[in-house]
Amino acid sequence: MTQLALVIDLNVCVGCHACVTSCKEWNTSGSAGPLCDERPYDEDPTGTFFNRVQTFEVGQFPNMETVHFPKSCLHCEDPPCVPVCPTGASYKRKEDGIVLVDYDKCIGCKYCSWACPYGAREIDEKQKVMKKCTLCVDRIYDQSLAEIDRKPSCVKACPTSARLFGDIHDPESEVSRAIREEGGYPLMPEWGTQPANHYLPRRKTKIKIHKDELERADNPLKVDGKLPKPSKSEPTLDDFTTW
Amino acid sequence: MKPAFSVIFLTTLIGAGQGLFLALYTQQSYALFDLLPHQSDQFYGYGSLLALCLLAGGLVASFFHLGHPERAWRSAAQWRTSWLSREVIALPAFMGMTFLYGVAHLAHWHPVLTTLPGGLKIDLTIVLGGIDTLLAFTLFVCTGMIYACLRFLREWHSPLTIINYILLGGASGFTLAAFYAAVAAPDQASFFAGWAVIITLLGLAGRIASLWRNARLRPKSSLQTAIGVKHPRIVQKTQGAMGGSFNTREFFHGKSAAFMRALKPTFLVLVFALPLLLLVSSLSQPAAWILGMAFVVQYVGLLVERWYFFAEANHPQNLYYQTIG
Repeated sequence: MTQLALVIDLNVCVGCHACVTSCKEWNTSGSAGPLCDERPYDEDPTGTFFNRVQTFEVGQFPNMETVHFPKSCLHCEDPPCVPVCPTGASYKRKEDGIVLVDYDKCIGCKYCSWACPYGAREIDEKQKVMKKCTLCVDRIYDQSLAEIDRKPSCVKACPTSARLFGDIHDPESEVSRAIREEGGYPLMPEWGTQPANHYLPRRKTKIKIHKDELERADNPLKVDGKLPKPSKSEPTLDDFTTW
Repeated sequence: MKPAFSVIFLTTLIGAGQGLFLALYTQQSYALFDLLPHQSDQFYGYGSLLALCLLAGGLVASFFHLGHPERAWRSAAQWRTSWLSREVIALPAFMGMTFLYGVAHLAHWHPVLTTLPGGLKIDLTIVLGGIDTLLAFTLFVCTGMIYACLRFLREWHSPLTIINYILLGGASGFTLAAFYAAVAAPDQASFFAGWAVIITLLGLAGRIASLWRNARLRPKSSLQTAIGVKHPRIVQKTQGAMGGSFNTREFFHGKSAAFMRALKPTFLVLVFALPLLLLVSSLSQPAAWILGMAFVVQYVGLLVERWYFFAEANHPQNLYYQTIG
């Protein structure tokens, strides 16, 4: 079975919010109606978003890192929000594993949002229905788009390619390989929701060099019994000149 | 969680309605075995209609919770998986059966359906009331399970949630029945008041148990598991939006810790201490106004209790929404 998902590389995300604005732009312009904003230019603005980028500080200065953390629906393989829906408006598609809301059936009781531990669902305050990330289901199958554009708009927008999109049930897909080889992990595994979206951790590329590796053991001068010039204790050319 | 008044009124009103019906049927069951004098059909009939009014009030209140009340009929669809859907079916079923039970009494329509070996005559109202009792408990379980089934709202995810819905609904219903009897059948008032005392005491035990349990809960989720970074010190710097959002409004009650601390003794006094005092004082000499006051005080207390019940639950999504930026 196919399970489409995003893999988000926290090592690469720079927190630019391009995915947020691109998501909002695409999903507010679609046939499903706008993602309503209330008082956008007044005090206390609020609005519906499918995707947010949050920022966390890990550690304490100077030993700290700033982690930018994009957050959207994780399209859980065992989504707790779906069985609680009284109308069947919330459903998980068999063919590709996307969790969707049928806006024409939703009664706006908000029970599904209570049942999601990640806070991935937001009610549209004007349309009074629950909304959430659709993985751009109106885009990824659109034959009128060039094949390269048939990706969620957040993925298309990311300038650092921190967002990968694909089928995590296909072991050879780009996303599966990234999860497998780069240490991809799910959020809040303690609830057993099996999120389809995975995150790749911060990682540092390091190389371990032993002291004896700093000097060539097979240096021909050594072989000939001659000492290298200048000797290691003498100043080198770099100490005299500026290039 | 942010308590919604629609749901507070729904759960307290239908709880009292279910309790009132159960009280009436308890009395009728006693009378069946000649343990108490059988009351007039009007007593049971109008009592059931009173219960029906409370249930209808709860049903009306529930509609204010919906974004699209005109689509409410759709919510019976997913009864296989959703406790909310099951409640949507159980509530009208219970209302319908309570209506039939009341009407059968008012129409003096109780043909004897069967006679038990001991010579006990089982008439139609006994059967209707028996089915309705099952429906009343089904509704209690559905209402409680709506909250108890959400495993990461750990304050709710406990059998105590269902037990307390049954006991607190039962307590307010029996207290109301005591008042109703003091008006309509004064010699039965102390019977209902006695049961109201017992159920209120049981409710007190159940509620104290859940308060005790919830005070000792340790959260399973943390910022570490929420973003998947292993470090003892993680601080949110921004939640990704300068304005509020659904996530900042729906999942937090927005009141201070001192306010929450003050609510606990408030509802313990209003739901349990004061009504118990009033009920016990009228056990021997039932006075309608005292029993009426006991019901009103207890109902107001239950509104506070239900508000606290919702506010007390701590949703793990709040981990993601701690700092505006």
